[in-house]
Amino acid sequence: MSTLTDLTLRMASGEVEVVDLTHTLDPDFPVIILPPEFGQCARFRMEEISAYDHRGPAWKWHNISMSEHTGTHFDAPSHWISGRDVPNGAVDEIPTEQLIGPVVVIDCSEGTTEDEDFELTPALIEAWEAEHGRIPANSWVLMRTDWSKRRGAAYLNMREDGPHSPGPTPEAMRLLVEERDIRGFGTETVGTDAGQGAHYTPPYPAHYILHGAGKLGLQCLANLDKLPPTGAVLIAPPLKIRNGTGSPLRVLALVEK
Amino acid sequence: MTTPLTPPPKKNPLKRSLTPTSPPGVRSRATLGLTAAAAEGRFMLQTCAECSTVQYPPRDACCECLSVDLPWNDISPTGTLLAESTVRTSTNLYFRERAPWRLGSVHLDAGPTIICHVHGDVAPKSRVILSNRLDRSGQGVMIALPEQRTPDMEDDPELRAMSSDPKHRRVLITDARNPNAPTLARALHDAGATMIFVGESETWLPNPQRDALSAIPGVEIMALDVTNTTSVKELAGEIGGKVDILINNARFVRPGGAMARGDVAFAQNEMDVNYFGLMRLAQAFGPGMCARTADGVNSAVAWINILSAYALVNSADYGCFSASNAAAFSLSQNLRNDFRAAGLRVMNVFVGPTEDDWHQELPPPKVLPPTLARSVVQGLRHGLEDVYCGDVAKDMIERFRAGPKILEREMTTGGQG
Amino acid sequence: MNRPRQSYEGVALVTPVSTPYQRYSIETAHWWIAKALKGSLDAAGLKPADLDGFSVASFTLFPDTAVGLTQHLGLSPRWLDHIPMGGASGVIALRKAARAVQSGDADIVACVSGDTNHIDSFRALLSSFSRFAMDASYPYGFGGPNANFALLTDRYMHEYGATREDFGRIAVAQRENALKNPNALMKKPLTLEQYISARPIADPIALFDCVMPCAGSEAFLVMTVEEAQKRGLPYATIEGAIERHNAHASDLIQLRGGWTVDIDELYEQAQCAPTDIDLLQTYDDYPVISMMQIEDLGFCPKGEAAEFVRTHDLTISGDFPHNTSGGQLSAGQAGAAGGFIGLVEAIRQVTNQAGSTQVANANRAMVSGFGMINYDRGVCSSAAILKGGAA
Repeated sequence: MSTLTDLTLRMASGEVEVVDLTHTLDPDFPVIILPPEFGQCARFRMEEISAYDHRGPAWKWHNISMSEHTGTHFDAPSHWISGRDVPNGAVDEIPTEQLIGPVVVIDCSEGTTEDEDFELTPALIEAWEAEHGRIPANSWVLMRTDWSKRRGAAYLNMREDGPHSPGPTPEAMRLLVEERDIRGFGTETVGTDAGQGAHYTPPYPAHYILHGAGKLGLQCLANLDKLPPTGAVLIAPPLKIRNGTGSPLRVLALVEK
Repeated sequence: MTTPLTPPPKKNPLKRSLTPTSPPGVRSRATLGLTAAAAEGRFMLQTCAECSTVQYPPRDACCECLSVDLPWNDISPTGTLLAESTVRTSTNLYFRERAPWRLGSVHLDAGPTIICHVHGDVAPKSRVILSNRLDRSGQGVMIALPEQRTPDMEDDPELRAMSSDPKHRRVLITDARNPNAPTLARALHDAGATMIFVGESETWLPNPQRDALSAIPGVEIMALDVTNTTSVKELAGEIGGKVDILINNARFVRPGGAMARGDVAFAQNEMDVNYFGLMRLAQAFGPGMCARTADGVNSAVAWINILSAYALVNSADYGCFSASNAAAFSLSQNLRNDFRAAGLRVMNVFVGPTEDDWHQELPPPKVLPPTLARSVVQGLRHGLEDVYCGDVAKDMIERFRAGPKILEREMTTGGQG
Repeated sequence: MNRPRQSYEGVALVTPVSTPYQRYSIETAHWWIAKALKGSLDAAGLKPADLDGFSVASFTLFPDTAVGLTQHLGLSPRWLDHIPMGGASGVIALRKAARAVQSGDADIVACVSGDTNHIDSFRALLSSFSRFAMDASYPYGFGGPNANFALLTDRYMHEYGATREDFGRIAVAQRENALKNPNALMKKPLTLEQYISARPIADPIALFDCVMPCAGSEAFLVMTVEEAQKRGLPYATIEGAIERHNAHASDLIQLRGGWTVDIDELYEQAQCAPTDIDLLQTYDDYPVISMMQIEDLGFCPKGEAAEFVRTHDLTISGDFPHNTSGGQLSAGQAGAAGGFIGLVEAIRQVTNQAGSTQVANANRAMVSGFGMINYDRGVCSSAAILKGGAA
């Protein structure tokens, strides 16, 4: 039996589960907020064109609009200044084999409960490896915080001094990118960086270091608690937008039971 | 003396709501001058440029010297009530439903005799002040008021039919995040509005004005994002049957013209909030409000757009914002057409630069929220269509009338000051 | 100084016809006009082709005018007129037709007025009555003429002390006259008490101050006295006739009509005085207007008409026979035919053809017309003195 036939049979029988890591695209889903003098991330919007009525008797459809970075979305290397010269750095150029691959999940949910500015550090990564083994090269690394369970204002957690949400330190990103050579990094928060990530050196280290090295980003993920620490496969193909720096997408994981 | 209006009882669900009817609305072109004056609360009549005879009814030639040069001028509105009648039956449905209706014949001190509506507190054959108001057909009509204010005179049924008075009415203010929202809500409460719904966009972001708004009696904060069709429709589904006055104060503003910006992103935001926002609100709330304009004391009565005075002429420093407001202004004229049959008034409040973050670089005078709130409430009480709020807006409309092209050139100095 | 007015000598008014009025009619103005015209021609023994002059007054002919009527009715006149002057139209049609006959521009002129009254046509008529009414009167309560005349009545009462009882006397007397006119729409007697307690319409106007809009038509023929005599037709002659438009424009409110400008010349032309008048037909769309005419036509000084009606009997057999067919108040107002009703009745009276409403020894009659509330007042006024000619 071929590998793929075997896989489809196991999926049909439930031995391989397909887990949806995506939030529903919804006008009320928070997006990243920049200081108001900067251009802003467009919210998801949907306008009805017809609904089986005088505007189109037999069909219903909508026009939709949003940013490349709205909802559960993918960051390409060209999204960040550090990645602007990376070859094949736009969403339409990324080799397709990069869009499906192995994934590991580092569970930070306990620490995040106590500290909303919780940091993923090299020490935490090494402790995880001590338990689950070294992170394989070219893997997706997802930071589980259970942040996706937050609703409303608690999600951005915006205060006078900016948003407060967990994320990796510059050192953690360097470890993952330079020493583990990961494929990409994903989070449940609105960005791959911590809410206060602007105050690191370099600012927004996840974006800066990941994309500078041609690595990928995923944010606004959900259901990371349904993934095993290792062994799952992530399917994350963005829309093929010419010179796109990112894209909303449906992120799925295959998990062996 | 006027009997004060009592708060309306809850709606009887078994009773059919009255279908809106209109007073006669056809006028000659000359008489539209009366309407134009009433739209901004002025009392104006034609005065012959050659012999100074004040004309009424409006004419195309002077009844004294046949001159055809009959400019409209502000005229003293004082006069004497010569005769009166109370119409108890009419073949016109609007007046039939509102009978008895008092009218009279007033000798204006300035000359002509004017058939007009008569306020209930005017004594027979007494001195009166004529006020030029828009009736529910949207045309200018005159009503004789007592020379001295009387208690509760706004509650007179004829005067109220020509106003958009917030007393006992329910208001929706669309943007709780606008810095003017708490002052506006407070002013409407003070003017007798019973419920003040305030729309709040993006409840996932903090709103520092929430507490101030919630402290005002009658205020209820509702989720509403004018850039989100679904959100607008959902709120209309929820409270659309209760909105008597809608105040669209949602605004997106960033400095800069097309060349300063180099992209269309902010311009799209401006159009989405300032223009499409108005359109979404109109499509969602307009039909329900139009169906309720004859619904008793708390009938739907007015639609208010807070526009920038730059809707009249482009301000170079806010070039793209001005354009979005010009679009909204144009759309408001279209809405006037669509709301007219129902008698739902569209009032545009043209505001000069406001005291906020986005006009920080402009010198004073700037419009503070209390000034705007006062303009809105006064405009509603007088049933106006066009209100110019603040010194800059007043200056601008005066220059606009004198010559739009000259104003355009004044506003576009090309960086030479 | 005006040149002296030329007399109307040699002109005869014949074959007065009133088509019985109907409250509502499914017929058109064309139908009503044809009925009256045929009645008048038949009475004179004439065929349509014998007619060489035609004058029409009507509000409900739209989109036609007198022009369309010629083809519609198969007439080929060499003189054609259309009189848009409402309540003043009868006397004015008569003046013009008389001059046409005198000058030889026409030999036989038919003066006809008629209107239909469909359900809702009165409202439609009001809505498009005049530009000033549309601009400056109808938006104020849309009381129609009721409201306009209410204002005049209110001021008249205030100025001259007239009371509702005084107006009531006119209405009650006319009802009594109408009961003798089998074609009058009002068939029930009216008491002063009923008048006073009637449903208010537009204060101080109440139900019996108002005419009832209806369908109907009126006609008479104008020809030379020789022609009338040749045909053996009873005829009336015109002793004098006046018209005036937009008089007293500077009066703040209308308490007098244009008659006052020309009345002296009318009596001079007719070589008579008010005391010589045997009966008066005023335009009575509201009692106050009849009072105004009694004053302005010289039967009493200004402001004393109330006293005049208190001290005179206005019925057919009274000392001052007035609106002997019941007038518009009791016979009905058939649109522009309301401007003819008094004139046609006056021709009947002085030619002794009035039948049940005949005033004894009616030799000299005065007819006056009043028309067109353009804005706040009636603009057109007219009057004529008729005399019976030997048959």
